[in-house]
Amino acid sequence: MSVGIVTATEPAMEFLAPSGAVWVRDLRRSFADREIVRGVDLRIAPGEFVALLGRSGSGKTTILRALAGLDGGVTGELYVPERRSVVFQDPRLLPWADVLGNVILGTQGSAAAARGAEALDEVGLAGHESDWPKTLSGGEAQRVALARALVREPHLLLLDEPFGALDALTRIRMHSLVVKLCERHHPAVLFVTHDVDEAILLADRVLVLSEGQISLDTAVEVAQPRLRSDHQFSALRSTLLAELGVDESTEGSTHTGDPIQIQ
Amino acid sequence: MTVVDTDRIVVAATRSAELNPDIAALPLTGAAPVFVKLPSGVTDELGGHRARPGRGRQRLIGVALLFVLWEAASLLGWIKPQDLAPPTAVVTTGAHLLSNGALLTALWASLQRVFWGLFVGVPLGALLALAAGLSRTGENLIDGNVQMLRFVPIIGLESLFVLWLGVGETAKIAMITLGVMFPIYVNTYAAIRSLDPRFGELADVLGLSQWARIRRIVLPAALPGFLVGLRMAMAVAWLLLVFAEQINASSGLGYLIVQAQTFFQSNVIVVCLVCYAVLGLLTDSLVRFIERVTLRWQPGR
Repeated sequence: MSVGIVTATEPAMEFLAPSGAVWVRDLRRSFADREIVRGVDLRIAPGEFVALLGRSGSGKTTILRALAGLDGGVTGELYVPERRSVVFQDPRLLPWADVLGNVILGTQGSAAAARGAEALDEVGLAGHESDWPKTLSGGEAQRVALARALVREPHLLLLDEPFGALDALTRIRMHSLVVKLCERHHPAVLFVTHDVDEAILLADRVLVLSEGQISLDTAVEVAQPRLRSDHQFSALRSTLLAELGVDESTEGSTHTGDPIQIQ
Repeated sequence: MTVVDTDRIVVAATRSAELNPDIAALPLTGAAPVFVKLPSGVTDELGGHRARPGRGRQRLIGVALLFVLWEAASLLGWIKPQDLAPPTAVVTTGAHLLSNGALLTALWASLQRVFWGLFVGVPLGALLALAAGLSRTGENLIDGNVQMLRFVPIIGLESLFVLWLGVGETAKIAMITLGVMFPIYVNTYAAIRSLDPRFGELADVLGLSQWARIRRIVLPAALPGFLVGLRMAMAVAWLLLVFAEQINASSGLGYLIVQAQTFFQSNVIVVCLVCYAVLGLLTDSLVRFIERVTLRWQPGR
């Protein structure tokens, strides 16, 4: 286990808020004398879906990697569940293992294959168990990565711009899939993105990271199903964009670069 | 088009002039777009028509042509039989050597040497590569030595081997073993070292044990490099075999060649050389078959 991370099974458990899934205090990270993350406090409740918004280079992926336990160079206090999964921006499938082999990679027990097949079914890829990753489309590969994350029944799911490399139509399908899966499995989620609309569509709470600090922490009150035409939706979008330093009146509606306008 | 990029139009016009000389006569006003016909219906290396009809046949015809020319040159007296026996003589000699058992005895002796050399050298090279590829300590201890020894000509070590192990089988097998180790080591080690570090991260995130990491990630990633090394190792093994058998041996293909040389039997020499070629081809296609079966996951296969 990396330095600076304490998992929930260790004695430090008592420091956790009784119902907390993630508890972070004064997280800092420097790269070559430049402090990228400057004292971040973060709490995520079990089952809560939190989106972390920020411009590129704002340090959002650094925070996610810290919570994943991939970065031993952070300082501060971090408590996270022992069972956690990461979906990266790239699917990161082992090319030499078939789809099922990728999903159950690292899981043990005789039921692993059955659970893996079940997870594949959940992401709509039943019957693809013995396909090679090279035969999958970008969206399918990312759904396999999602199945691999879910098969471990994580208490914390870390999503690092998982739809960043997908086309607009595939993204829409992935959004509803993620919502459906989170309703069923109920993990705490930290969803890192630079896409304001995506954050509002999916999250219970949105955090904006600027200059290495959380500059805005707001609950998403937009009624379900969330529609871009909703007044509250556009109001929140304006607020978030302003916080990110984008002026809608001068920069028009192409701000997010997100071409999804057909919902 | 409101903005005209004249440079590009000139380039386009020059290109199209190459394709169609008529266009070169047109004045370059800079305003009219120039059209070129792009090639279509062409199959590249990767697309479709991989096994082009007649390709294998043409290759066979090429080889057959060489033999016909060789035979004709012999018949016309351009090539003397004591210098190089004609193909027909080679065939009859081959049949003769086969029927009296001399060829099979020699083949068997040679095959055994190659087999034992590979049997010891391949795992040894692979193990060293794993040890060097998996730990910094291993790398520091092993890699420097191997890279240094790699540049010592193996053939130059023959004298040392004879000094240590005598002129028996062991010295020959030892030389093949050593020669085979290097291509296996170098290619396997390079494959392990070039493993995408993002897979290491994935292993961390999934909490893979050290053994699972090696089995699920490192070994499969090293396999393509190992198989490239194996193909090279096969070639090296046959090469060193010829050498070892021609220095001091009382059996094997190389021994047969040396004897034939003493008695000016060029036909026997050619039969032995053909045997080497066929055996080399067979072992190479064996590795290619292993590649086809085990590397099906690779893109472009």
